[in-house]
Amino acid sequence: MTKFIFKRLLEAIPTLLVLITVSFFLMRFAPGNPFSSERSLPPQVKANIEAKYGFDKPVVEQYFNYLKNLVQGDLGPSFKYKDYTVNELVAQALPVSAKIGAAAFILAVLIGVSLGTLAALKQNSWIDYLVMSGAMVGVVIPSFVLAPVLVLIFAIGLKWLPAGGWNGGAVQFMVLPVVGMMMHYISSIARIMRGSMIEVMSSNFIRTARAKGLASSYIVLHHALRPAILPVVSYLGPAFVGIITGSVVIETIFGLPGIGQLFVNGALNRDYSMVLGLTILVGALTITFNAIVDILYAVIDPKIRY
Amino acid sequence: MFVSKEKSQAIANAAESLEIEGRSLWQDARRRFFRNKAAVVSLVILTLISLLVIIGPHLSEYAFDDTDWSAMHVGPSIESGHYFGTDSLGRDLFVRTLMGGQISLMVGLLGAIVAMLIGTLYGATSGFIGGRVDQVMMRVLEILYSFPFMFFVILLVTFFGRNILLIFLAIGAVSWLDMARIVRGQTLSLKRKEFIEAAHVCGVSKWKIITRHIVPNVLGIVVVYATLLVPSMILFESFLSFLGLGVQEPMTSWGALLNEGSQSMEIALWQLLFPAGFMVTTLFCFNFIGDGLRDALDPKDR
Repeated sequence: MTKFIFKRLLEAIPTLLVLITVSFFLMRFAPGNPFSSERSLPPQVKANIEAKYGFDKPVVEQYFNYLKNLVQGDLGPSFKYKDYTVNELVAQALPVSAKIGAAAFILAVLIGVSLGTLAALKQNSWIDYLVMSGAMVGVVIPSFVLAPVLVLIFAIGLKWLPAGGWNGGAVQFMVLPVVGMMMHYISSIARIMRGSMIEVMSSNFIRTARAKGLASSYIVLHHALRPAILPVVSYLGPAFVGIITGSVVIETIFGLPGIGQLFVNGALNRDYSMVLGLTILVGALTITFNAIVDILYAVIDPKIRY
Repeated sequence: MFVSKEKSQAIANAAESLEIEGRSLWQDARRRFFRNKAAVVSLVILTLISLLVIIGPHLSEYAFDDTDWSAMHVGPSIESGHYFGTDSLGRDLFVRTLMGGQISLMVGLLGAIVAMLIGTLYGATSGFIGGRVDQVMMRVLEILYSFPFMFFVILLVTFFGRNILLIFLAIGAVSWLDMARIVRGQTLSLKRKEFIEAAHVCGVSKWKIITRHIVPNVLGIVVVYATLLVPSMILFESFLSFLGLGVQEPMTSWGALLNEGSQSMEIALWQLLFPAGFMVTTLFCFNFIGDGLRDALDPKDR
């Protein structure tokens, strides 16, 4: 097992390297450079600026410099916010996104698995139909439609919750963003869970457990849950990516000072080092998380032996 | 003991009619699809939306980029001709919603087609050739799988400018991964079949076998998947436009309209509701049609 975990983590490195390389060279070969869009500068000033950011060196050398800094955890200076490094900006924004993302992710898994199991156990009852039609709606309605509607109802209409802002992460400021972010994933997870639970519940070992006279709650929790949850586990990777990506929209709508907001502003302002740095950061997170999911899968599924 | 002429005639007729009853996979699928009410209703609604989106803008007296300073934020009304009201610049929302629909549907379809082409060929090639080539191709796929694509597309859009063609290509080019996996799986099971061996024996080239024998046989599952791909392409584009990185003004798409609508929903709710209604309905329809097609084409589910 240790060997498998080690090997899986090692495999993530080339993936990450490809991501960094492709992103970096795309940026360097894009038409124009970050300073060409500004007012035309005297050539000396321009040369100075380019020298400051290392643009005067050959591209390959720049690449290796970037890599060297990256290994030391340095994403370089921001082109837009001249007094800040990308690291400083990320350090401010990351906790916000992490808090909302983690809450949405954990709640989505818990609620989704419970609802899916419930629907499967009460198959073809009104509970099943209610959960499944709710899930259909949840899957189809995108977060950037859902979130404004939530704001309209709960913030503007009923005035129960604030319409946006962060306020240091107070609970009432987190409710709407988290709900807006997680609905899609609750629905998807519930659908997956229902399908696999129905399949597992009709298998032979469950019948045996029933024949032994075990209580059905015991059967569900101790026998059925583990095999039934496997498809959900393999969905966690895409769900994680989705939640990170979704943070871009949610943070824009609710005006939260997180990674997504930073990324969009960086893209709109053509702050290349910011966009590049965040792409690499998010990529690294994604790749790590996928590796963790694979390991988790191997832990849960006794049939997989490495 | 001998059968009368009439009876044998009847048997022959029965046999003939039996033969007529035999149905191909596609006929069977069509029958089952049309028995699925949700899918058929969705198909009808989707057809209507498509027609409206294409013809609608010509029916209105306004153009999508006409600004009317005397009619900003006007609510929906029949008399003024602004059926869905106007936006903050006094542009007619009815026409803009339909124009946005044209862009969204077009991006959706083209994106799905690009993804379908790349995915099918990649998957079929990988599965059919097998061996080391397959391993390398699947490894590449795995690497691509762990890319945060939305960020990557935004990166592309930032560096190369907002260009609708680039958006089509980018969206299509990043969405073929699942398709490639599915097609590869199908190809692996197909390539041991007798008719493929027969083609080999006849000296048909590998490329010909892939394009003439493998691809048509995986087409069923590809079509199902493509139907489900269209709504996610539409979402993808809307997502970009919502962030202000998609289509450029004065052109619009559902995502861009939703963005504008969500900013002014406190004073002009219709600016959010009409585009949202159109988009959500379209997404629902594609999902129901996709599910219907999947149920209809699934050979296990008779």
